[in-house]
Amino acid sequence: MKKLLAASAMLLCSATLAAAEGELFLYNWGNYTSPDLIKKFEETYKVKVTITDFDSNDTALAKVEAGASGFDLVVPSAGFVGIYAEKGLIQKLDLARLPNHKNIDPQWMDVAWDKGREWSIPWQWGSTGMSVNTKVYGGDINTSAIFMNPPPELEGKINVIPEMGDVMALATMYEGGTVCSDDPAIMKKVRDDLLAAKPKWLSMDYSTVEKMTNNDYAATVDWNGSAMRARLGNKDVAYGYPKEGYGLWMDNVVLLKDAKNVDNAYLFMDFIMQPENAAMLSAFARYANGIAGSEAFLPEDMKTAPELITPAEFADKGQFVTICTGKALDYQNAIWTELQK
Amino acid sequence: MSAAEQAQRAKTTRNAWLLVIPALVVLMAAAIGPLVLVLIYSFLTPGDYGNVVWSFSLDGWQKVVVERDIFDDSLHLAEAHLTIFWRSVSLSLVTTILSFFAGFPTAWFIATRPANQRAFWLFLITLPFWTNLLIRTFAINQIIRNEGLLNTILLHLGVISAPLQMTYTEGALLIGMVYVYLPLMVLPLYASLERFDLRLLEAAYDLYASRWQVLMRVVLPIARPGIVAGSILVFVPCLGAYVTPRILGGGKLMMLGNFIELQFGQGRNWPLGAAISIVLLVIVMAALLVYVRAINGEKRDG
Repeated sequence: MKKLLAASAMLLCSATLAAAEGELFLYNWGNYTSPDLIKKFEETYKVKVTITDFDSNDTALAKVEAGASGFDLVVPSAGFVGIYAEKGLIQKLDLARLPNHKNIDPQWMDVAWDKGREWSIPWQWGSTGMSVNTKVYGGDINTSAIFMNPPPELEGKINVIPEMGDVMALATMYEGGTVCSDDPAIMKKVRDDLLAAKPKWLSMDYSTVEKMTNNDYAATVDWNGSAMRARLGNKDVAYGYPKEGYGLWMDNVVLLKDAKNVDNAYLFMDFIMQPENAAMLSAFARYANGIAGSEAFLPEDMKTAPELITPAEFADKGQFVTICTGKALDYQNAIWTELQK
Repeated sequence: MSAAEQAQRAKTTRNAWLLVIPALVVLMAAAIGPLVLVLIYSFLTPGDYGNVVWSFSLDGWQKVVVERDIFDDSLHLAEAHLTIFWRSVSLSLVTTILSFFAGFPTAWFIATRPANQRAFWLFLITLPFWTNLLIRTFAINQIIRNEGLLNTILLHLGVISAPLQMTYTEGALLIGMVYVYLPLMVLPLYASLERFDLRLLEAAYDLYASRWQVLMRVVLPIARPGIVAGSILVFVPCLGAYVTPRILGGGKLMMLGNFIELQFGQGRNWPLGAAISIVLLVIVMAALLVYVRAINGEKRDG
């Protein structure tokens, strides 16, 4: 019986392999790609999709730069698209092969990192703010003071994500600076306040959705989609937009220069710019997507989600988190090392 | 020795070398080559977006111990780095000692079972290796978390009234490390105790030795090679531990492995990361030298 099972399993495997007319290798952030969407794509085009996870832009860039990565598409954050282009790692898109390119929301068409969207197409975008368990802390959650100067109720229950760019951006804006500030007076305040706050933190950990849901910590620096996923599992979790300034980010799909499955890559990019498919991406990771018309296909609970609809009073407080270089990066590095020691 | 014999011998030696060459090539390519690369990288300049620029610089090495204050440009000891070094070394030492105190009675217990039962107990010791390290570490986290098994039981029994904070503490890190590396201590200890002749104990007692004296002067000296080997096997991987501090330390308690990763990742300072990797290598080699000397000392004593 066992042998029969094994044999039929092998048969099934080879059957699906044989049916696939091609392959596509996607290199993306972990826990970020909707499995339903991938299944739909695979069934529509008979292409087998292999997804590999990365956990930071730097890891992804290093791996791609090393060459022969075998990936076709990568999903870096906004600031990194320019680096990929500058280093000659990606190719300019042939817009004629992307009929759905016109679906890109005008807001996301002429972006700072890619005017006219000739190098990258939108994947998802969101903000970086605070998730707080309102049962533990009933005060104002729309402030970075939650982690920069924690209220007594939250002491020892706060998590800060180990993402240098996002955290330093929040801290710098909290002290009155702009993202990538190289003003020594501001950066000194950033360092002093962060070091003073650190003993009141519990951890510097990535898995915020799971830990907020299970009350392992009561507050965290968080991305809005993670905050929403946590709230769906734990109704006490609320998302705050720091009034001192919060981070904005967008992840984008780029086509590698040494991609082997270029045709399938174009198919996939065009596929995810179809509004109902873009909505599937959002329905999984709980971030907005940047494709006009996808709102209609979103699950009901996302149309009214406070994590996705920025309150008017905070609408102009978001700043795009860019990649810092030079003196600004030196400051961030030194402070971050001291913080994590 | 005749000329023919000499020629024969030379040929044998040559053949032996030829046979060794594939192994040497693999060693050179897979072990020494990357190490040389790491060494070279430690003398280069960091690139803006990670990677390196090919121009010579001592900054990487200088940064290991000295740090230029980013605000007033004064030089001072790189306190952050030294803290991480010290945490790595001290946590590894404590882990080694705890593993010894937990591992020695275990090994003694197994070695004193009837010969036909020992395989079963050894099998139990190796059981954890069947599961991936990452999964085992996450499992520990499940047990000690605020709403985890241990806290739930203690709360139900009324021993505590609020959950104990166990995750993300140095204690949690120690529990995790001892748990992971304990088998590496038990196995060599068992190997040295297995051949222990129990009649030696009787002889010692006959000569009016106390239990303490028997332990210190009979059992421990015989177990010494196992103790040294076990300690090295635990201490060395502990130094470079990455997964356990990352998961159980909550990212707040960095060890050398995590620090190196930071430099190659978000820190974008590959030369510093390379320099610290070399320092770690030197610490490991120092530990191994201690081991070799201890073993040699053994031979001289015997």
